[in-house]
Amino acid sequence: MNQPVTVQITSKEPPVSEAMPESLEPRCSECHASLTREQLKAALEVCPHCGHHFPLNAVERVAQLADPGTWREVGGDLQPSDPLDFYDSRAYVDRLAEAQLETGLSEAMLAGVCRLGGRRVALGVMDFRFLGGSMGSVVGERFSQLVAAAIDEAVPLVVVTASGGARMQEGILSLMQMAKTVVALDMLADHSLPFISVLTHPTTGGVLASFATLADVMLAEPGALLLFAGPRVIEQTTREKLPPGFGRSESSLVHGQIDLVVQRRDLKRQIAQLLALLEGGVRCDIEPIRPDSEVVPRGSGSLAQAVARAKKLALTSRGWLFGRDQQDRDPT
Amino acid sequence: MPSLPGVGYSEEINKIEIQLESLKGRKDSAGAAWKTVQLARRQDRPLALDYIKHTFPDFAELHGDRLRGDDPAIVGGMATFDGRTIMIVGQQKGHDLKERQFRNFGMPRPEGYRKAQRLALLAQKFQMPVVTLVDTPGAFPGAEAEEGGQAGAISRTLRVFARLSVPTVAVVIGEGGSGGALALALCDRVYMLENAIYSVSTPEACSAILWRDAGQASQAAEALRLTAVDLYRLGVIDLVIPEPRMGAHKHHRATAKVVARQVEAGLREIEAVSPEERLRARRRKFLAMGMLAPADTKL
Repeated sequence: MNQPVTVQITSKEPPVSEAMPESLEPRCSECHASLTREQLKAALEVCPHCGHHFPLNAVERVAQLADPGTWREVGGDLQPSDPLDFYDSRAYVDRLAEAQLETGLSEAMLAGVCRLGGRRVALGVMDFRFLGGSMGSVVGERFSQLVAAAIDEAVPLVVVTASGGARMQEGILSLMQMAKTVVALDMLADHSLPFISVLTHPTTGGVLASFATLADVMLAEPGALLLFAGPRVIEQTTREKLPPGFGRSESSLVHGQIDLVVQRRDLKRQIAQLLALLEGGVRCDIEPIRPDSEVVPRGSGSLAQAVARAKKLALTSRGWLFGRDQQDRDPT
Repeated sequence: MPSLPGVGYSEEINKIEIQLESLKGRKDSAGAAWKTVQLARRQDRPLALDYIKHTFPDFAELHGDRLRGDDPAIVGGMATFDGRTIMIVGQQKGHDLKERQFRNFGMPRPEGYRKAQRLALLAQKFQMPVVTLVDTPGAFPGAEAEEGGQAGAISRTLRVFARLSVPTVAVVIGEGGSGGALALALCDRVYMLENAIYSVSTPEACSAILWRDAGQASQAAEALRLTAVDLYRLGVIDLVIPEPRMGAHKHHRATAKVVARQVEAGLREIEAVSPEERLRARRRKFLAMGMLAPADTKL
């Protein structure tokens, strides 16, 4: 949370339709291929040439994940306040009003209950455009209400994160939202309801260090920056240049911090499949398969016979592995 | 103060509150928050190990996270206190440059947070209350710490403390810096020393982000409302522990004594309720954190 505005994503933002005349031929910020607005939209805001994932706003994200016509908002009436009377170069209330006007959202998280691939879920989606997706009192409260809704309806929780961390302008109360979301998740765990987090670019600071990393399964979009401290803070502290790709999803996967990196086009299907598996553990009436011939009745035969049988079993299984291994290596 | 804690405890709180009101007049003057920041960071302030030395003569330190290493920025161990064993976990900054370097200036790495989790769970197994001493500029922002899962280490520490069935008390003794401090402060009671600070980010980082100039730290310190009195008003802490005249750095032993007395009283209060009720109360307390606009207001 101490990072000085972790990422400058302004340059990477998708060309906004009303601001960008169609004739101007926007280009991908990564591979510089020219793209049309329609192409980008059809490809779910992913560059069809290089696969770069442009940020989605909360409404677009909900539209991509929720089954059409099933969205029912939770905590939509919550409004931010200015508990510290905070003023830096501008008043916090002015920043809030501007963010609301620009995004059409009341806060940095949109929450609701909907169907996802036919399955009922409680879905929370963060929007980086709203003051850097920072977590203030409303985000914390909306998250808690979403968890309460999940418990109420006995449905799993899915949250898509995009956040610079804590909402500095709400001071210590912002920090306390970390504790609040953790406690809320604790109640979800009491009911054994699954929680999947989807980390998108960027997810840093207090959001990463609270609910985002407490999911049962953690997914990330390709190339998302996932760090507790920002890269600039790390470089200042260690006085070393960070390698390219540091702190990105792919690196987090290698370091064992997340479960999967998922392409946006596969995201909905992947979430639905994981939820089906996570919720499928309750019914377990299938007998485990045992090869009858290998079951040794208690007390039958001598110890030497049992050892011989075990040796034979070990040999055959090893032979099978060797055979397959060789086949794999030599396709002829 | 009454010699028997628990008796006349609310009276004591009242007294402290009155004291605070008088302090408030002094603190509202310009730059007061920044002065508190400087006091809280003094090298000669009593640190976690000083409180331990003065309060727990039979302290047995425990080391390591059983996975990777032992983080000197977090110290912990068992000691007898008020007739039973308790677990103490604290962040240790160091008094001189040599110790500060060894302790990484009190900035824990993931293994430090995992050590804290391990000790908290050990305490739960043997029904010992947990007392934490918070004093850190924040979690260590290093490349290796990031790759080692700093964020997850903090969130899982929070989860362990959220679930702990034993009584927990946190005391912010110096600097409570962001998530790195919060990791040890999700407790039944959170106390703060009069000249300690506790905030969402260091004033320097806040000023670099919002003013785009790290030189505005004193202004940021004011705006962040990070003093003990501010936090008490915001409902984030339960008690402000007054320091001896001139500040804690002048009187280590006396400060440790006052802290010990408050922790003792606090633990007795929390131990009096059942574990189920304790957990409910802890959840209620943290779920209530934050401030929203009244319903139907539009900006």
